[in-house]
Amino acid sequence: MSTALLIEQILNGLQFGVMLFLMAAGLTLIFGVMGLINLAHGSLYMIGAFACAAVAAATGSFWLGLVASLAAAAAAGALVELVVIRRLYDRDHLDQVLATFALILIFSEGTRWLFGSFPLYLDIPSALSGAVQLPGGGRYPLYRLTIIGVGIAVAVGLYLLISKTRLGMRIRAGESDREMIAALGVDIRTLYTVVFALGAALAGLAGALVGALQSVQVGMGEPVLILAFVVIVIGGIGSIKGALVGAILVGLVDTLGRFLLPKLFAAFMGPAQGATAGAAIASMLIYIVMALILAFRPKGLFAANA
Amino acid sequence: MRDGQAMSRETLINILLAAALLALPFVAIAMEEPFYITLATRMAILALAAVGLNIALGLGGLISFGHAAFFGIGGYVAGIFASHAFNMEPMFSAPFEFSGSDQMPVIWLAAMLVSVFVAIPIGAISLRTSGVYFIMITLAFAQMIYYFAISWPAYGGEDGLSIITRNGFPGVNTANPLSFFLLCYGVLAVALLMFWLIQNSRFGAALQAGRQNEQRLAAVGIAPFRIRLVAFAISAAITGLAGALFADLNRFVSPSMLSWHMSGELIVLIILGGTARLFGPVAGAVLFVLFEFALGGITEHWQFFLGLILLGVVLFARGGLIGLVAGKARHG
Repeated sequence: MSTALLIEQILNGLQFGVMLFLMAAGLTLIFGVMGLINLAHGSLYMIGAFACAAVAAATGSFWLGLVASLAAAAAAGALVELVVIRRLYDRDHLDQVLATFALILIFSEGTRWLFGSFPLYLDIPSALSGAVQLPGGGRYPLYRLTIIGVGIAVAVGLYLLISKTRLGMRIRAGESDREMIAALGVDIRTLYTVVFALGAALAGLAGALVGALQSVQVGMGEPVLILAFVVIVIGGIGSIKGALVGAILVGLVDTLGRFLLPKLFAAFMGPAQGATAGAAIASMLIYIVMALILAFRPKGLFAANA
Repeated sequence: MRDGQAMSRETLINILLAAALLALPFVAIAMEEPFYITLATRMAILALAAVGLNIALGLGGLISFGHAAFFGIGGYVAGIFASHAFNMEPMFSAPFEFSGSDQMPVIWLAAMLVSVFVAIPIGAISLRTSGVYFIMITLAFAQMIYYFAISWPAYGGEDGLSIITRNGFPGVNTANPLSFFLLCYGVLAVALLMFWLIQNSRFGAALQAGRQNEQRLAAVGIAPFRIRLVAFAISAAITGLAGALFADLNRFVSPSMLSWHMSGELIVLIILGGTARLFGPVAGAVLFVLFEFALGGITEHWQFFLGLILLGVVLFARGGLIGLVAGKARHG
């Protein structure tokens, strides 16, 4: 195994982790501020990807598609919050799970109705289609590096938004005491809608960015959603920092596990058997990591006060 | 302790539901529509799975979003046992040689044991947490088993595993749809009886008290953790048994039985019927299969409308079907 290959896999893990962070940040923000568990977050990811693919196909511009994905996901998020989610804040988690499960059925089947069952394809924009020379001799796609960059930029932006701006101050206040912030005259309902739309836009962005790497199809959001759950459970629900650490951890463990475990098992059990056993264990690896972390820290690594 | 009026009304609905489900296959035979027998069997099996989940979710307030794991494990036990028995190759040879089985009693026992065996570590870790964490962790564990089933090629992997001939039961011709339905119906009846016994036992009282007020339960000297773990394991065993029957109904088991959609559907069954009601899962399963069948006949996008209906039930009709017809829940 060459160093170049290993570096490539580490970068793949980082790119995967950063993409998970975009999903997990919204989920954890929505839970932290509103106390809401949102299963339909994966649908917003899907909406972002479909909006990007549809607009890019119609206009020929990936960048317009990217703008459309942000707008469509944020709009869908705001609409869903106003019509459905708003009624769920006072309900128990069971009702929230069911209502957002129902939303998944509606969004998935609705998208299938509009776009059909065949996947759409989204091309990587030509400005980002090249590869970059890595130290150690390998080459790595520029587009994936850009995703890592976008993810880091979003993480920094979210940090600044939450710690430095007035909106961020209100979000933090809403996390710690929602009655008090409402009593101080902040329009808490609008704040909730804004937070939900922000989380939705991040999910839409993730969907659009990944849409150019994979095919854009109904149901694409669900595996990512469940991984994002694992991320925020590991990181501590409500903590953005936890989401970032958890996302990078899950991204690296999953990618490197799939890469290294079959080789490791093959060394002990022979190539054919080792490869299947390694692949099977690798597919479970992040859940094993999650179970281990929870066995010692039941509230996750960076448990928030919420 | 109980409001006599509402109780008698709910009991009446329960009896009507049980009778209607039992009558359905006979009506199907009279109408010469044998497919309806399969629908009725499907209702009975899904109801059984949801009765299992109702012990954890309804009585214990443990919102497990991962019960598909046990449903699928039961299914795979049936599939794997049957395939070994069919091919006559031993499953394992140490400490004793075992070459599978095509007899339902053996399969059922194994399905329940394996489910319990898996449920105890999952429960032991998940029950250290509560609320949203519990929901997400049970979901994650079920996904772990799902991905394992997909990536482990020995038993079909992603393609699933066929059961060539339906497994047998001593003295019953299981290939006959009506006999198989009656068998499933009988198992469902036993499970309902067990649910009722648990609900009215000291154990059940402690379990329900833990849902309502954990501190108070701890204050009278009962540790909630062990009670919940036992409830979780019993719940998993019943759902696993349902999975074995479901695999035999379809004569096929695939990772989709383990998928999180399945976990969601099991919760939906309970909520449609009415949480923590004895017959809630039965009402929910009957409604769900009817929706699936009726809507599926009208449009291929039936899940869209199922979503709308479900959303309506959650937002506006709390208490489910039985709650709607029989009035508010007794207490809790």
